[in-house]
Amino acid sequence: MNGDHRYDAIVIGGGLQGCSVALHLAAEKMRVLLIERDLCGQHASGVNAGGVRRLNRLVEEIPLSMAAHRMWHDLKVLVGSDCGFRPTGQVRIAGTSEDLGALEERARRVRALGYDHEEMIGARELRQIVPAIGERGVGALICRGDGYADPALTCLAFRLRAQERGVEIREQTAVMGIEKIRNDWRVSAGDQNFEAPLIVNCAGAWGNEIAVMTGDHPSLEKEALALMVTSRVPHFIDPVVGHASRKLSFKQMVNGTLVIGGALKAFLTEEPAGTVIDFRQMKESAGTVCAFFPFLADLPVVRCWAGVEGMTPDRLPIIGSSQAADGVYHAFGFSAHGYQLAPVIGRVVADLICRGETEFDLTSFLVDRFNHPVKEAGGHS
Amino acid sequence: MKNHYDLVIIGAGPAGLAAAVTARTFGLTTLVVDEQAEPGGQIYRAIEQARDDNAPVLGKDYFQGLSLVQQFRQSGADYRPEATIWDIGRDLKVGYLADGRARQVRARYLLIAAGAMERPVPIPGWTLPGVMGAAAADILFKSCDMIPQGPVVLAGSGPLQLLVACHLVDNGVDVAGMVETNGFGSYLKALPHLPGALRVPHYLLKGLGMRRKVKRAGVPIYQRAASLRVEGNTEAEALTFEVGGKPQRLAAAVILLHEGVVPNLQFTRLLGCRHIWYPRQRYWKPVLDEWGRTSVTGVSVAGDAAGIYGAKIAETAGHIAAIDISFSLQVISEQERSWAAAPLRRDLSREMAFRPFLDTLFPPAGEALVPPDEETLVCRCEELTVGQIREAVSQGGLSPGMVKAYTRTGMGPCQGRMCGLTLAEIIGDCRQIEPDGVGHLHVRPPLKPITLGQMAELELVE
Repeated sequence: MNGDHRYDAIVIGGGLQGCSVALHLAAEKMRVLLIERDLCGQHASGVNAGGVRRLNRLVEEIPLSMAAHRMWHDLKVLVGSDCGFRPTGQVRIAGTSEDLGALEERARRVRALGYDHEEMIGARELRQIVPAIGERGVGALICRGDGYADPALTCLAFRLRAQERGVEIREQTAVMGIEKIRNDWRVSAGDQNFEAPLIVNCAGAWGNEIAVMTGDHPSLEKEALALMVTSRVPHFIDPVVGHASRKLSFKQMVNGTLVIGGALKAFLTEEPAGTVIDFRQMKESAGTVCAFFPFLADLPVVRCWAGVEGMTPDRLPIIGSSQAADGVYHAFGFSAHGYQLAPVIGRVVADLICRGETEFDLTSFLVDRFNHPVKEAGGHS
Repeated sequence: MKNHYDLVIIGAGPAGLAAAVTARTFGLTTLVVDEQAEPGGQIYRAIEQARDDNAPVLGKDYFQGLSLVQQFRQSGADYRPEATIWDIGRDLKVGYLADGRARQVRARYLLIAAGAMERPVPIPGWTLPGVMGAAAADILFKSCDMIPQGPVVLAGSGPLQLLVACHLVDNGVDVAGMVETNGFGSYLKALPHLPGALRVPHYLLKGLGMRRKVKRAGVPIYQRAASLRVEGNTEAEALTFEVGGKPQRLAAAVILLHEGVVPNLQFTRLLGCRHIWYPRQRYWKPVLDEWGRTSVTGVSVAGDAAGIYGAKIAETAGHIAAIDISFSLQVISEQERSWAAAPLRRDLSREMAFRPFLDTLFPPAGEALVPPDEETLVCRCEELTVGQIREAVSQGGLSPGMVKAYTRTGMGPCQGRMCGLTLAEIIGDCRQIEPDGVGHLHVRPPLKPITLGQMAELELVE
C-alpha cells in the first residue's frame, strides 16, 4: 500500500456534516481524507433554506441544537466566517385558537424539559415583530436567537478551514466498496484505494448505501424538497416565519429576495439523477404566501429548485458508532433539518473517536434503532 | 384552445412554422406557443406587416418567410402568441403564461423550435446604455421600424454583423466603423471548407456583396481588432480597440456588439436532454438523431435550437421532425416516413455544406469568450466580474453550479442565459480544460419569471 493513501480517518461525503467532521478530526491532529462523489456542498448541504433553528426541534435533538446554537454565534472562531448568519429570530405563527393551543402545548413541553428558548408571544407583540402579518396572526411561538445563514457559504467556509487544517479532499470520486484489510478499512473510490483504521459515513441522503458496505442496515428514504426565491423587494420582515398548521416557511434575505419553502416535495429523477419541481406544491405554497402577505402577489418568482434529503422513519438523524463493525461511525439522515446542527456534529463525532465518549446522549440516534419497532415521527420538522 | 394536443411546438420561427404545417397535413392536433405577437421568429420578425418601403432594405430572403407564415395561418394549427414558457417537463406538460394567466398544456409529443440567441459579448463597458446586440438592433428595425441615431459602431464578427451593417447603411445611418475581430487567420482556416461552401454559391455571393456594399458606403472596416472596450461614464461614448498593436478610437452613440448566435437551450436543458460541445463555434447543442429526436422520449428539436444553421435549414428540419413525429404517433408508417423525408434530406445536405466554411470564417473572438480584464462584468443580473468568478474557482468552485452557489452568478432573473457560456469558459480557462468538462449551469424553472399571484392561480393539467 502506498503510504500516500493511508490516513488516520476517512470521511465519506463532502456535505456540511462531512466537512464539519473532517475539520474537527483535523483539529485533533488526525490525518484526514474526505471523499466526495460530486462536489462538496453540491447537494442538500449547499442548497437548503438555510434556517438556523432551534424552534420546534424534535425534543431528542434539543441538547445538540442548543450546543450548536452557541457555536453558530461563534462561527468566526471556528471557520473564519460568520457564514452569513443573521440572528433575526424565528417565529411560528398561530392563525387560529387551535393553532394557539398547539403552540402553547409545545412551549409547555419544552419548558418541562428545562429549556426556555421557545416562548409564546401574543398578537400584539407578533405584529410588532412582523407588522406585515396584520390580523392574520393571533399569536406565535418565538425563538429569539435563531435566524438564517447562507448554506453554500457555510459549506465553503467549513471546507476551506478543513483544508487549511490539512484535510485532503477528493471530489468527483465515488466510493465503490469498503472492505476490512487486517486492522484497516480499505475504501475503493474512483480508481484508487485508500486506507484508514477509521471511517465516518456522512453521505447524507446516500448514507444507507455506504452503511450497508460495513454491515449496517438503517432505514433511509430520499426525498426532494423544493424552495423558491423571488426577485428583490424593500426590506419588510426580520424573522424567519413559519406557521403552526399551514405549509409556510418564509424569510427575507439581506439582499431583499424572499426564500419560500416549507416541506414542498419535488420529484426525484434517476436518469439523469436530479429533481423536478412539482408545481402543484409550488401553487399551494404561493397561495399560502399570498394569503398571508397579499401585497406580494405581483412579485416575480425567479427560481425554484430542490435538494435531495435523507429521511429516516422517525425523522431523527443517525449519529454514532456502527453496531456492526469497529472503527465505523455514522452521521447522516438528518431528515432535512441538519443544517443548524452541523457545527456540533463534527465535535460529537470527533469526541467519540478521540475520547471514546461525548457529553450528549445519542441513544435516540442509534443506527440500528429501526431494527426494533419504530415509534412514530413527532411531526415537527 | 384545448388542454391536450398531439403536438406542442415551442417557437413560431421557420422550424416551428414548417413543423406545424406538416403536422397538420398528417392530421395531428397542433399548438404553437410563441413569445412574439406574430409568427415568423426573429428572422422573419413582423413579416406580415413589413412596410413596402422597407422591402428593398430587408431583401428577398426576408420575404421568403411570408409564404411560410401564410401556410401556417391556413394550416389549422392552434396558435398562442405572446406567451412565455415558464416550465417544461418530461411528462410533456408545458407551462405558459399568456394574458396574465399561468397555465399548462399537455402534449403527446413536444417539438422545441426555440431558435437562437445572440451570444453575449462581455467586454469592458458592455453594460453601458447605448451598447446592444447587433441582432437586437435589427429586431427593433424589423418590428418597430426603429433605426439607431448615429454615429453607430459595429464590433465583433459573424455573417449577421454584415447583414445588420447593410440594413444600417441602406437606412442612411451614420456608421462610423465596422470593427471585425476575425481576420486573415480565420480566412486561411476556412479555406479548406470552401469547396463545400461552393455547393451553395449564392450564400457566398450574398456575403461578398454585403461586404462590398458596406465598403462602398464609405464605412471604415477594421480587421483583426483586439482589446475592445466601450468608453463612457453614464452612457457609451466610444469604442476603443487595437489593430496590430496600434490603438484606435471610434466615437459612437450606439455600439452594436456581435459574436454570432448560439442555440437557445433553456428548454432542452430543463428537460435534461443530453448535449454536446461544438468547439468550432464554442457552444453546446442537444444530441439529436437524424430525425431531430433528443435523448428524452417524446421530445424533438428543429432549427437553430439544435445548432446554428440558419433559416433555410431550420425550415427543412421542421418539416422532417414533423414527419417523424407523425410516425411516432402512429399516423404514418416507417416507409411513409422515409418517402416523405427523402427529398427534404437532399435539400438539407446541400444547404448544410455551407456551414463549416461559415463557422470557421467567423469564430467567436477569444476575448469575448474569456474576458482578459478581471473587472469585466460577466453576470449582469447580480453584477459579478471575471475576477470574482476566478476567485470562486480558486476556492474550489469547480463547476458552474458551485460558482453560482458561492457568488450568485446566474441567480438573477435571466436564469443564466447571459452569463452561462462565459461562466463555463472562464472555469474551463482556470482549470485548463474545455467547457464540456466543466459542465453547464442547471436551468431551473420558472424559465421566465411568473409572479407569486400567478403561481397561486396556476391552471394545471392532469
